[in-house]
Formats: sequence, C-alpha cells, structure tokens
Amino acid sequence: MPDRRGVLELSLDGRRLNAREGQTVLQVAREHGVPIPTLCFLEGLSTWGSCRICMVEVGPQRVLRPACATPVVEDMEIRTESPRLRAHRRMILEMLFAEGNHVCAVCVANEHCELQSAAAQAGMDHVRLEYAAPQRTVDATHDRYVFDPNRCILCTRCVRVCDEVEGAHVWDIAGRGESAHLIADMNVSWGQAGSCTDCGKCVTVCPTGALFVRGTSTGEVRRAPDVVVRLTTARREHQWLPAGEGQ
Amino acid sequence: MAGPIDLNEAAERELQARSSRSCRIKVCCSTACLSAGSGATRKAVEDALRARGRDRDCTVVPTGCMGPCSLGPLVRVEPREGPSELYRSVGEADAERIVAAHLDDGPAAGDLALDERLPFFTSQRRVVLANAGRIDPDRIEDYIAEGGYRALEHVLHRMSPSEVIDVVKASGLRGRGGAGFPTGSKWALLAAADSPQKFVIANGDEGDPGAYMDRTVMEDDPHRVLEGLAIAAYATGARQGYIYVRAEYPRAVERLERAIRAARRYRLLGRGILGADFTFPVEIRIGAGAFVCGEETALIASVEGRRGNPSLRPPYPTERGLFGQPSMINNVETLANLPTVILEGPESFRSVGTQTSPGTKVFALAGDLRTTGLIEVPMGITLRRIVEEIGGGVPEGRSFKAAQTGGPSGGCIPARHLDTPVDYESLRSLGSIMGSGGLIVMDDTARMPQVARFFMEFCREESCGKCVPCRVGTVQLYGLLDRICQGRGRPEDLELLSELCTVVRDTSLCGLGQSSPNPVTSTLRYFPQEYLDLVRTREVDRA
Repeated sequence: MPDRRGVLELSLDGRRLNAREGQTVLQVAREHGVPIPTLCFLEGLSTWGSCRICMVEVGPQRVLRPACATPVVEDMEIRTESPRLRAHRRMILEMLFAEGNHVCAVCVANEHCELQSAAAQAGMDHVRLEYAAPQRTVDATHDRYVFDPNRCILCTRCVRVCDEVEGAHVWDIAGRGESAHLIADMNVSWGQAGSCTDCGKCVTVCPTGALFVRGTSTGEVRRAPDVVVRLTTARREHQWLPAGEGQ
Repeated sequence: MAGPIDLNEAAERELQARSSRSCRIKVCCSTACLSAGSGATRKAVEDALRARGRDRDCTVVPTGCMGPCSLGPLVRVEPREGPSELYRSVGEADAERIVAAHLDDGPAAGDLALDERLPFFTSQRRVVLANAGRIDPDRIEDYIAEGGYRALEHVLHRMSPSEVIDVVKASGLRGRGGAGFPTGSKWALLAAADSPQKFVIANGDEGDPGAYMDRTVMEDDPHRVLEGLAIAAYATGARQGYIYVRAEYPRAVERLERAIRAARRYRLLGRGILGADFTFPVEIRIGAGAFVCGEETALIASVEGRRGNPSLRPPYPTERGLFGQPSMINNVETLANLPTVILEGPESFRSVGTQTSPGTKVFALAGDLRTTGLIEVPMGITLRRIVEEIGGGVPEGRSFKAAQTGGPSGGCIPARHLDTPVDYESLRSLGSIMGSGGLIVMDDTARMPQVARFFMEFCREESCGKCVPCRVGTVQLYGLLDRICQGRGRPEDLELLSELCTVVRDTSLCGLGQSSPNPVTSTLRYFPQEYLDLVRTREVDRA
C-alpha cells in the first residue's frame, strides 16, 4: 500500500485528480499541464497575489479565487476556464494596457513579454478603456541597466527577488492607488542607489520591458526568470553543482 | 504596591461626592458640539457659576455626545432634586440665562429647551452609547460609578475563558465594523490558536465619509473600549492589546491615552489586573491617513510599521497575524458591547434586535433631515422609522429619495424599500451593506450618478494600488462616471460601467476593492433612468 497521508482528491475542470496537501491550485494545475495565466507570480519568490489574472472558479458557488494563493482542499471543485473567467482576465489585461504606456512595436521586450503573450492568449485585440497615457520619466542612471516605468505593471517581482534572493532590497513601492510607483532605495535614481549590487536579478525576472540591460534594442530582451527557482532550490537543498558532479 | 481597586468602594465614593453638590451641568464636548462652540459655552457656564459663588457647589461636567449633533452645543442641567433639562444651541450668551433659570429662579429658558420625549430620543436604545453624554470621559471614576469595569471583574473572578466565549457566542453579537462576522466564533478561533504570544487589536480606523460612530465611542467612553478589549484578551488568551486609531482623530487618541494611564494606575490594565493572575498591557497605534488600513490585514501591516497594504488570506490573522502571531481584530463598537453582554447576559442582549442580528447599532445620521446626529437603534428597526421619526423626516417642500448606508462600500436604498428592517441580511439583499454605520439621507434634489461618482472618487483616492482591478478599475470607473455626469457619456458606456463593476467586485484582493462598485451598482439598479437620461440627452453637468 502506498502512503496516502497528505494526499487529497479534487476536481480540476471536471477531471478527478490527486494532489498533495499544502499545494496551491496553481501548482496542481501546472503539474497536470492545465494552463493558468499569471503575471505577478514567480516560482521561487513569495506569493504576492496582486495581478488577479490567475483567478479560477472554486466550488459549486463558483467563487473566484487567485490560483497562486489558494491552497487545495479535499474535494475541491476548480474550474480554470469559463466565459466569465475569460471576460474577467481580458478586462484585467485591458486595465494594465490602459494604465501604462505599452507600445509593443518599439519595446525591448516585444515577443518576449509576458504581458503581451497573456493578452494574445486571452484574445485581447483592443482596449475598450480610456488610456491614462501617464507622463513617466525613464531612469537610465544605472551603469548597466535601465528602468522604464511606462512599462511597469507593479507586479513587484523585482522588489521580491531583490529582497528575498539577493538580500539587497533596492526596490519598493511608493505612493498609493494610481500614483503607486517603483522606487529605488529612499526614492533616489537607480544609479544613486547605494544598496544595488548590480546583480541584475530584477532585470531577468521582469515580465515586461520595464527593466532591461542598457543598450538593448527593440525585441532584443531575453529573460531567464527560472533562475530564481534554480537558485532558491540550490540554496535549500545545498546542490550547487549539476546532479552527479557534487560531493 | 497598593492592592487591587475595590470597584464598589470607588463607585460609592464618586456617588457620594456627586450627591454633595446641588447641581451638575453637563456640556457636550464631543467634536461636533466643540466645533459649534461648546468650548466657549462651557467657559461661560463656569463663569456664570463663579460670578454667583456657586462654582464649588455646582459642577460643570464636560461630556461626550448627547445625540442630536445638528442642534449643538448641547447642555444638560441635572439638579440634585427634580427633573433634568436639556438645552439646544446654547451659545455663550445663553449660558448665563440657563444658569440664572436654574440657580436664581430666573425666567425659564424654555425657547432653548429640548424635549427628551421626542421620537429622536425615545426611538433610540443606548447600549454602546449608554455613557456618552452622561459622563466625563476623562475621569475613570465617572465610568466606575456607572458600573464600569464590573464586567471585567466578573469574568476574571467568576468565569473561565471558554465560558466567556460561550456567553459571547450565545449573545449572537456580530462584528460592528461592517461585515457582521459572529464575534464569538472569531474569539473561539483565536482561543484555539496554539501560541505563547497572541494579540487582540481594537479597530478604530473608521473612515467612511460622514461617519463618526467609532470616534464617538473612543472619545466619549474610552474605558468601555478598554474594558471590552481586556475581556476579549482574557477570553482568547491574548497577552497584549493594541488600539489602532486613525491620525485624524487626535481627541480620541488623547482621551484613550489618558484612559490607559488611569486604568494602569488603578491596576485595571497592565500586571495583575483586579488581583487576578492576568496581565494585559494596551498600546495605541496611530494610522497615517489611509482608509484601507481599516481592512484587517492592512491594519496589521500598519501596526507593524510597514506599508498599509492588504495581504492574501489565508492565512487569516487568527492563524498568522500581527508579528506572525495569532491575532484578532475587533471593531471598537463591537468591543463596547461586551461589558453589557457580560453583565446583563446573552438572553437580555438578544431581547433587543432581530434573530440573526441581535443588539443595537450606532449610526451617524446625516443628510437632508430635520435632525441629524449620532443615534443608536435596535437592529431590525425600519429605515422609515429612522428617517421619519428619529430624523424628523426630510425638510418641508422636499421629498425623500434615497438612503445611503455603508459609505463607499455600501449602496443607495430607494423610497420603496423604506420599510426594510435594518439588519445585516436585509441590507445586503438590497445591494447595500450595514457597513460601520454611516447613514446619509438624500432628498429629491440628489442626483444619483453624481453620488456614485463622489464615492468612486473616494475609492480611487484610497486604493492602495496593490491589485490591478482596484488600482486601475476605480480610476476607469471614476472616469466613466465623470464622463456620464458631464453629459459626454455614450449609451455603450453604461454596459462598460456594469462590466467594470463586476470585474472589480469579483477580482479585487480586499474588501475595499470588492465593495467599491456598490454605490454604482445600487444606483444603476434603482435609478437607471437617471443614467439613461444623461447618456441620451447629454445633459450638461450642473453640479
């Protein structure tokens, strides 16, 4: 008999599945190849739950819950697809596009952008909302990197990776509501931020073209957000070399 | 060190001191009356007494809110013998006249007298506000003389923590902050949490526009809040308490600070409370001006000194809250109910209100009414009685249009639903909420799209900016409403308005975002014609 402790059964889009206690809906869905769009979520970092595009329907009442932050329970009934979910995800993406200045054609992250691909997958071909067209100044004061707030969606991946993995906590959010924005140190330009170690982790996890390596041209951005999970796993498991090369 | 205070003896001493005076003149020194000039009134009364050499024989008592705030400054004269008399709109000049009427047998100041047999007073039932307007909030002796701290003494010496929780459960008391979660169940969750350190927090971060229930409770009867908090701590095993007050309430902070100092001096807070093996220190934490900090996870972040962002639940505060420890947050009005629940018992508490919503609720009654102010009514009373009897109805020549409850998270209730009983479920079924107790009445000159725009502007400004639907959705909703109100809206805008409301409600992270569309959806539901007229005729905004 296999050990059944901590194993529970649930229904995902009508499929009966086994999951482990402590897993989130998102983890179970990904394990079973069920796609749920995410933006602020990044494996290896703490869960922030702010983008709200990973919402799924839970239970017979079809309550909406963020997949990234909802732990699975016995007999849970989860739906990842429905006309309502599609409409909601699309609207949230429209909100993000209306809020900043996202011009894909001239963006360093064109075709390598998680916001862009989420929009394409959601079938968001135009924005019905009024564009805010904010005036935001690009910060190109750092020797190696550039921050373009026009493309920032406030997912805080950079904030979290810098704080939790690099341990520098250069980035944070200032202001509230529509005035919320990313700041370096105590609101100085990035080049002046003494705590920055120039490690570039924030740049590699950015889902859009907001953070990039100086000199990058249109469509040239290459990301490696999975570096976070490799790093954090290696630290936790003390595996610093590929399997077999250690000891 | 002195032994624990004998409450009976302290109360006796205070009552004795009172009976040696021939007259007590109470002057409302709550915020509304102070802003109407009651500070000068109080001084004028004191001067009038001094001029007669009666200042030792007659005491002037600065009290909290007496209720009909729109009629302030309010003064109540309580002679040792004979009936007391309440006066309204007492200016500096009137003080002398009132003192003369009572002390020199001068002509009665009948023109200023306010009849306490009016429905404004008789339709109310004061539990939470029992002492407001009757005691000097800065004197702990006054509170003790009214039976204060007896409930705490009772639970510490005669009840086990689980018995206290059973009583609170049996009373059916529900959270007065708005959501109406059963208080006893919340306490049981914290009591069940296994941790050496637990916290209880009083939520005094009231922020709805026009609402001042919690402020009044904290300013006018701070010891009642402290007593309720100490009872909560004893029942749940918490050993440290915080009171979170918004910075815009400096007088509440000042009075709470004074109350905490006095309670410590009498060993009613701190170590070895009332001779029992119970230690409970309380500290005040002051907000920095964010509405969202009334949301419990944001409040916890703010108490910790972090940015007031709400966070994901689970984990709930009773599992992992303040400083990572199990914590519980109760609204100050909820806590202020507890001494009564304990002393009078759950049956007595349940005898007021409805089956599912027992007890009373404090409302800040405002808007187009003859009399506005702070009221406390039994749950289940109809909106009509509040509006027509207590508020005296809409002034001559105008008619009632809608009542807005629950502030920016609530909705507008039209005239045809005036007979709805005021309880958690009924208000929710009408698309509004009980909320913390804001109640704004509007006459037929109010235009509902503008009302919705006002509240959406509030939510847009108070959004913390963490989650997308609230941060962007409130901006978009405000923009749409503004366009519609200015007569530049298109018919298809109404469809987009509804869809945005649904998405913001369904997907926002915390209660602020989730409830922010309520003013829009409820006005769309009950007053669709006003929106249609605006987008069809493109009427110019006259507001």
